[in-house]
Amino acid sequence: MTTGPVSPATHPPPTLVGLDREWSRLVTTAELDTTGRTWHVLDNQVSDPAITLLCVHGNPTWSYLWRDLIAAAPANVRVVAIDHLDMGYSERTGTKRRLSQRIEDLCALTDELGLTGPVVTIGHDWGGPISLGWAQRRQSQTAGIVLMNTAVHQPEGSRAPSLIRAVRTRGVLKNVCETTPMFIRATMALARPRLERRVRGAYEAPYRSSDRRAAIATFVEDIPLTENHPSHSALESVARGLEQLMDVPALLLWGPSDPVFSDLYLKDLSGRLPRAEVHRFIGSGHLLPEDADIAAVIYPWLEQLDQPPDHALPTIDRAPLWAALDERTDDDVDAIIEMGAEGEEASITFQHLDADIRSMAAGLVDLGVSKGDRVALLVLPGIDLAVCIFACWRMGAVVVLADAGLGVRGMGQALASADPAYLIGIPKAIAAARTMGWPGVRISTKELPPSQRRLLGVVATLDELYSRGRERPAPPLPSSLDEAAIGFTSGATGPAKGVVYRHHQLQAQRDAIIELYGISASDSLVAAFGPFALFGPLTGIPSVVPDMEVTSPSTLTAEALAAAVKAVNASLVFASPAALTNIAVTADGITPEQAEAMEGVRILISAGAPVSAPVLQAARALMPNSEPHTPYGMTEVMPVADISLEEIEAAGPGNGVCVGHPTNGVEVMLSALDAVGNAVGPLSDESGVVGEVCIRAPHMRDGYDKLWMTSHAASQPTGWHRSGDVGHFDEAGRLWIEGRIGHVVTTEVGPVTPVGIERCVALLTDVADAGVVGVGPLGVQRVVVVVVPRAGIRRPGLAAEDLADRVRGQVDGIDVAAVLTAPSLPVDKRHNSKIDRTRIARWAERVLAGGRVGRI
Amino acid sequence: MRVLVTGATSLVGAAVVTRLRDRGDAVSVFQRRPSELGVVEHLGDVADRAAVAGAVAGAEAVVHVAGLASVTGRWERFEATNVLGVRNVVEAAKETGAERFVHVSSPSVAHSGRSLVGAPAGPADPERARGHYARSKAQGELFALGANSSSMAVVVIRPHLIWGPGDTQLVARIVDRARAGRLAIIGSGASLIDTIYIDNAADALVAALDRAPGLGGRAFVVTNGQPRPVREVLARIVMAAGLEPPRLKVPYGVARVGGTAVEWIWERRGSEEEPPMTSFLAEQLGTAHWFDQRETRQALEWEPAVTLSEGFERLTDWFAAQRA
Repeated sequence: MTTGPVSPATHPPPTLVGLDREWSRLVTTAELDTTGRTWHVLDNQVSDPAITLLCVHGNPTWSYLWRDLIAAAPANVRVVAIDHLDMGYSERTGTKRRLSQRIEDLCALTDELGLTGPVVTIGHDWGGPISLGWAQRRQSQTAGIVLMNTAVHQPEGSRAPSLIRAVRTRGVLKNVCETTPMFIRATMALARPRLERRVRGAYEAPYRSSDRRAAIATFVEDIPLTENHPSHSALESVARGLEQLMDVPALLLWGPSDPVFSDLYLKDLSGRLPRAEVHRFIGSGHLLPEDADIAAVIYPWLEQLDQPPDHALPTIDRAPLWAALDERTDDDVDAIIEMGAEGEEASITFQHLDADIRSMAAGLVDLGVSKGDRVALLVLPGIDLAVCIFACWRMGAVVVLADAGLGVRGMGQALASADPAYLIGIPKAIAAARTMGWPGVRISTKELPPSQRRLLGVVATLDELYSRGRERPAPPLPSSLDEAAIGFTSGATGPAKGVVYRHHQLQAQRDAIIELYGISASDSLVAAFGPFALFGPLTGIPSVVPDMEVTSPSTLTAEALAAAVKAVNASLVFASPAALTNIAVTADGITPEQAEAMEGVRILISAGAPVSAPVLQAARALMPNSEPHTPYGMTEVMPVADISLEEIEAAGPGNGVCVGHPTNGVEVMLSALDAVGNAVGPLSDESGVVGEVCIRAPHMRDGYDKLWMTSHAASQPTGWHRSGDVGHFDEAGRLWIEGRIGHVVTTEVGPVTPVGIERCVALLTDVADAGVVGVGPLGVQRVVVVVVPRAGIRRPGLAAEDLADRVRGQVDGIDVAAVLTAPSLPVDKRHNSKIDRTRIARWAERVLAGGRVGRI
Repeated sequence: MRVLVTGATSLVGAAVVTRLRDRGDAVSVFQRRPSELGVVEHLGDVADRAAVAGAVAGAEAVVHVAGLASVTGRWERFEATNVLGVRNVVEAAKETGAERFVHVSSPSVAHSGRSLVGAPAGPADPERARGHYARSKAQGELFALGANSSSMAVVVIRPHLIWGPGDTQLVARIVDRARAGRLAIIGSGASLIDTIYIDNAADALVAALDRAPGLGGRAFVVTNGQPRPVREVLARIVMAAGLEPPRLKVPYGVARVGGTAVEWIWERRGSEEEPPMTSFLAEQLGTAHWFDQRETRQALEWEPAVTLSEGFERLTDWFAAQRA
């Protein structure tokens, strides 16, 4: 049934970049009524392999797509990358081959190749369903499936079918795909970053004439969008067949910036393969094998297939997260107070809080929220937030907490990645969600006028959920192994990463903090730091949120803090360093009665970033009976260590920031750095070793959301968390943090860490702040100090010779190549206190290479 | 070891001779003017083949320091000294059966004008080298390396900006300009540049001579390993001479264009006088050039003994003694 142009299979020209000629093979399979069909395949021809990767390209690429994967293959892995018949350098058969035929073709090819051992299929684009069809027919042989930017079904809401229909309009299809190379060019243009000209040329090489492009049009035409399409049942059977493949290890790799296979398709596939690991390459798009280093994920994934999982199960049973509220369910003491400019603005008793949470949990279920659904909460710390979080927990939903500190762009990325089914927000956040197209069915915290409600697509309000839930039965409670929350890392050096916690991990965190600060029922707290706003309800003690802009910690005044302390006779204060700094500055504003209330504070906890002794001393001056503490930790595990002001003073200066001893139940070890700054050393707790801080604790994160590779790399050895911080233990067993691993300056004489030098330089009386970065290639870097003169300057530039001399005088034994001055140092927006060394380094690199000085 | 050192009246040549002499090597020298170093002297020009052959005869090792370093001048002069001169010395050394040959070159032989940031010692490239000096040194270096054989080990040392007490090149020129109020900072003055203190450069050459049999055919950049912003280097030198640090600033683009114009005029006038600026100098002062020293230090088994700050102290003392 020949209808189109015919030509034999050939080898690609020898000049294509990245392609090894040794890989190229022609293989002939039998076909009825023909002399057979000849394929072009790339095959590294490893004999007796431990595993074979069967790589199946989509439309309009060819096996060239997999060249880097083949090049990176370990010695015992065979990689076979096929060119579909009528595609790439395989034979032009002149026939129209549909999905079911292509699956049969692939089976015939692997039979001919004699692939008998375990196979992992890898499919991209429309190669996905073909590879899955093969896996279903060769299930006993299938050891794993890897899919990227592909589909087995058109999910609701996708724009792809309309795009496909547009291309398939009569006259357009042939023109776009066959008569002209427009479809190929358009696909190549999707690469991020842009492909090199010679790589684009290699993709186009087998499709130089319309005779060679016929199958590109056939592929587009073969996508079933309606039930009467000839390939509809074939695709349906591939989709249904995934049920049989559920126990096969699966890896979904995704480039979310894909105009066709958007995140909706990832969601559809992960719904069908619930046990699949997912790695979503933020910033990458449709041509994922070009955009991202997929080999660096696929091979480690293969390697760990027969190993135990990265995370450990809890060893002890703990009380559920709502246990403390259960105990006070009849108590009419205020549980949460929100302060405003005029004093108390809103409050709720324990009794009402618990009742509201129960109603809300049932109301959420009534609305359609299911156990395991993700619910984003864009709600300010306070009563509403507490109710929403505990309600979600009680009915098994997973709360997604993307705080405003990430910035609008960061929040958008965070939400796109977490992909919540529901989004509860204050009206401003709802409006942003509508405008920015953030995912999730929208629930407003406040009543809205009907017109606005329609416009913003709000399906319910919190009040409606309360009333809907009041008469409903209580939903079943989740287990402590279920997922509970997703938070986000600050993302100083890239997009924010979602951090997943299960119930048992949050329970352990609650218990760790209770133990650390000896919290009992007689305590009450002020939460001037967002993440601790929940700590009251978690521990069953009254809490108050002071009058401040939560997203901007430095807006907290001494007066506002004192008013909050007085409202509950607080014994505990949680605040960020930026807030504490401002409290010291505004200390004059408090009244004598407030000052008296401040005497009742027993512990002042400053969290979020390292904090210096002078800041703590100034804050203690206002709370004379308090013991200032700083816990050390990160989004992934908190607390790790803790230090009091007294201990900070006793430790004195050293190389880095002393964060104290690891807290009870937390193991901390170091993995030493090599010459180019990689943490490769075995775990050690010896004093003097400088290395990456590795942590193991029951209250540690479960993993990163849809970032399998990131989770895997951060969990080495198994069960540990690699923090990315670099530090050492001193003789007394105290941990010192010297900076981020990415900020280590790798000099010819070894790694140099920034924090210790910064602190020494900042001791100069005319220096307000200092940042230490490296310039030059890894392993040969030079140390550069950027100082902020106390006297203030208008523009950055080189330091005068005398200042440079004094800075060098503070730094013993390390050659400082240059001392630069700047009006201020960039800090990360979320905490308003961590120096953005990556940005400073980029600037210093430019300036010290003779480039424009400009601004940091 | 019988060693011939050429260019012994130069700062680094004299320092090498002193070191070899003091440790007991049989040193002889070859240059145009008497060196007064108390060793056997041959006077002559490296372009004079017969004179070179006479001086080199009988040497077991040659340290070839002589060269013409200038930012201006006609190509023929550079070629005579830096290309033909090298050929004469290399061939005479081969002729007499010398086993070691250390050739002093310049990092500019591999510099195409862009910033060098932690760069390794690239291959000499006469096509892309900037200006007559760098091009002639590149040709000379390639010739010297081409003579490396199992009977004569040729090692190339490229010191980057040698300075120290008594330096009539870098230090004297900078100080003269500063005195005349003509020393300008190009651009921001922040480009990091490597330099090398004279004693360290001489030590590196002696180390190269000692390790030559294992290093034949290789070229090494040698520096103090302490790059500094160019403004700081200039300021430290000027301050050592008891002067105020430079305040005059010229934007990089202006300096480069101006330098090109000056070169053109000087070339037409046939002037031998030091020009105020050349495009090569503008690039040297306006772009970063500092180097990866790991391979150099490992191969030569050499470390700079004098740090920059020690060097600047010595320079200050020297200027003070000059004034007294």
